[in-house]
Amino acid sequence: MSEKKITIQTFQASEHNPTHTAPLGHLQHAPESFLDANTISDISQNGIDSSRRRLLRGSFAAATAAMLMPVISQQARAEEGDPDILNLPPWSKMLGKSVASPSYGQPSKYEANIQRRQSPGLTQTDQASVSFSPLQGMFGMITASGLHFERHHQGWVDVDPRRHRLMINGLVNSPKVFTMEDLMRLPSVSRIHFIECGANTGMEWGNAAVPTVQYTHGMLSCSEFTGVPLSLLLEMAGYDKAKAKYILAEGADGSAMTRTIDLERALDDVIVAYGMNGEMLRPENGYPLRLVVPGVQGVSSVKWLRRIEVGDQPYATKDEAIHYIDLMPDGQHRQYTSIQEAKSVITNPSGGQRLMSQGFYNVTGLAWSGRGTVKKVDVSFDGGRNWYTANLEGAVLPKALTRFNIGWVWDGKPAILQSRVTDSTGYVQPMKRQLKEVRGSRSVYHNNAIQSWRVNESGEVENVQTA
Amino acid sequence: MFKLPKLEWRALIAATAVTTVASVLTACDTEAPLNSVSSPWQSSYESVGRSATPAEIASWDIDVRPDFTGLPAGSGSVEDGESLWMERCASCHGDFADSNKFFSPLVSGNITEADIAAGHVASLNDSTRVRTTLMKVATVSTLWDYINRAMPWNAPKTLSSDEVYSLVAYLLSLAYIVDYDFVLSNENIAEVQALLPNRNGMTQEHGLWKVDGLADVNNTDCMNNCEQAVKVESFIPDFARNAHGNLQQQMRVFDPFQGIDTTQSKGAAPSTSAQVIAEPKAQAANPALDLLNDNGCMGCHQLDSKLVGPAFSDVTEKYIDHPDATAYLARKIREGGSGVWGGFMPPMPQLSQEQAEQIAQWLVNK
Ligand code: HEC
Ligand code: HEC
Repeated sequence: MSEKKITIQTFQASEHNPTHTAPLGHLQHAPESFLDANTISDISQNGIDSSRRRLLRGSFAAATAAMLMPVISQQARAEEGDPDILNLPPWSKMLGKSVASPSYGQPSKYEANIQRRQSPGLTQTDQASVSFSPLQGMFGMITASGLHFERHHQGWVDVDPRRHRLMINGLVNSPKVFTMEDLMRLPSVSRIHFIECGANTGMEWGNAAVPTVQYTHGMLSCSEFTGVPLSLLLEMAGYDKAKAKYILAEGADGSAMTRTIDLERALDDVIVAYGMNGEMLRPENGYPLRLVVPGVQGVSSVKWLRRIEVGDQPYATKDEAIHYIDLMPDGQHRQYTSIQEAKSVITNPSGGQRLMSQGFYNVTGLAWSGRGTVKKVDVSFDGGRNWYTANLEGAVLPKALTRFNIGWVWDGKPAILQSRVTDSTGYVQPMKRQLKEVRGSRSVYHNNAIQSWRVNESGEVENVQTA
Repeated sequence: MFKLPKLEWRALIAATAVTTVASVLTACDTEAPLNSVSSPWQSSYESVGRSATPAEIASWDIDVRPDFTGLPAGSGSVEDGESLWMERCASCHGDFADSNKFFSPLVSGNITEADIAAGHVASLNDSTRVRTTLMKVATVSTLWDYINRAMPWNAPKTLSSDEVYSLVAYLLSLAYIVDYDFVLSNENIAEVQALLPNRNGMTQEHGLWKVDGLADVNNTDCMNNCEQAVKVESFIPDFARNAHGNLQQQMRVFDPFQGIDTTQSKGAAPSTSAQVIAEPKAQAANPALDLLNDNGCMGCHQLDSKLVGPAFSDVTEKYIDHPDATAYLARKIREGGSGVWGGFMPPMPQLSQEQAEQIAQWLVNK
């Protein structure tokens, strides 16, 4: 590579700069008509006079000289290297900000694109609605608390923890009331679990409908939850071991969300949680107290939890008798569908993104199972014809998101990327047509089909469904 | 499973993640044997918390089960339900509960006498029909329980039992399940249950509930030559490319996979303005907006379009040049009233005078 024929794609690239497809900070060959080193050093020593200006016009027809100034100084250094290395940036030459400003830390302003978002037209109001987690911008297995997806039925509330109580009643020896202080005094557990809305990917039953992984799969988050095992509270209240079969969980918000949970599960791994990722729950996620029902659709993890009733029959509450019921092809609704079966998705690259050039990419994504742990994830680059096994990254925990990675070299040709998880029960994530054969396409909930992302020749990635 | 104080759980997690966690653990641990003595007080937490009083339980235990356990005695007529509906429910759900403005229609035909006889709504199989609440619901207790706990949406838990009976009766009459002169009560609600059009429409025969439930769809982990022909069946049409906003501003700016500028047509070369960072939403910093959000105003108002009440932008336009606008609006916000835009604005006494003025000022100074 000849030293002087180098240009650099830098952040300051102006509209008048020729377009480059190389990523930022990459060194590239200069086009033939570019300024040569002599002209550049001449200009930087003597400025632009009319003869040099003419010269410039010749080599850079469309641009005006004034617009070229910043370009020239970059180009002047281009032969030496990256101006972002050669010219020290301001932050290297200044005194930074004080500690504790702000006293509660915020993401960098450069991260402003990575936000929870609503899907236009999905709901009629903003309080009975959903905001989706930006899975395409997240790493590892933990969701930053501020990016945890939201699903509210009657808006979110900021409950005063000093006035919050948890009551346990019904088929118990001694109905109980706990304050937050009481609950936080009890033995606690900290567990990492995903929460996925039963309607996640629900817009995709019929056809590809939404453009990015944020909207296809973003009703999904994973946090470390800290709290008291529900089993311990049920024991303390002396639940009726002969008669009790179900519990009802109820929220303290306007919707007073209620869900039935069968007792076996309630005694298994359900947490009455106050902590999330090392701090208290966020108000949108149920502050100061929520239920976490691992592996089960999110609606059961009742937020702002105020009451647990022990009973011997299911309760058929609104969100288990009118919604969160799955319509089958024969016209029957499956009621109390709860388990989030094994599912996976490639988060990068994914719909709405662009591969900037050919070559190596780390393809990464998430896998999870409501029935146990992720055993393996296979990835296909040819629409499901051939599969390669991905690496599972970090801790592989039950009913938690698991990060997978696999290397891939893009040759510039169209490709269809898919991932397929196998869980610890041996269950293999189904293809869309297998799911539809059994459940039709109108069940709204529990779509865990294999997701396809098509990479086009232009590098654009789009959401598609294969036959 | 959760047996405290044992450390079994940690052990289990480590075991299921042998390749990762376990290797990290061995890397950190020294070879020295672990000394451990469990706390003799670990299980002495029984005294934490207290007993609930009967009055406390009565106050919170409001659920009503399908077998009507929990249903308070009382009654309400369709006729009373109709006038109450017009007052408290119609603004959002429509006079006949068929509005799509706030939520899907609760009732809109599609239920036949044959359905009522069979206990199964046939039109659920017709994908061109909207699936309403009354078409789906299999238990009348669900309607009673839900209206009682959560409606009206912007003022839940403000209805008396008799009012709830009357509203359920009105909804049932809209779906022609009961006649106009019907009076619903705890005595006859079981008879209504026996008429519910989709009462036989639910099944619990599936593997998605119980801990040990079995899967109904199965795939295999075939690795080679699995699909003969791969055909793309569906993708997002070009006209809908920008329907979710410009995707370029929804991706990290320095990612290996940058966002596509969906304001440009498909396949267009990436523009050099590719490094666009979205403006963070400005609204968080506006205390007046916080007040609107915190006080249920947005249940009836929107910033730019009419809901139950006028769009706030229209309010601004109407009063912006009015000298006494702040005082007038602050008072109207706290005291409610009617006659200007149509409909009734309920009093909002929870707002202090100062807060009401803050909102009013924001409205007229926008
Ligand atoms: C301010 C608007 C508003 C008012 C007033 C209102 N509702 Fe609602 N209603 C809603 C919304 C929004 C939902 C959906 C809530 C959700 O998503 O959980 C709803 C849900 C319902 C449902 C459940 C429907 C279903 O399919 O899930 C019933 C029944 C209902 N309302 C009855 C009533 C009655 C009776 C009243 C009057 C006492 C009333 N509503 C007043 C907005 C309103
Ligand atoms: C239950 C629905 C409802 C709620 C909740 C509600 N409004 Fe209204 N609001 C209305 C209606 C209906 C009108 C039109 C009244 C009229 O025509 O005089 C209105 C009118 C207004 C007006 C215009 C008054 C005028 O005379 O021109 C303002 C300002 C206003 N509301 C502010 C608020 C604020 C602030 C809140 C929250 C604290 C709020 N509203 C909550 C229904 C509501």
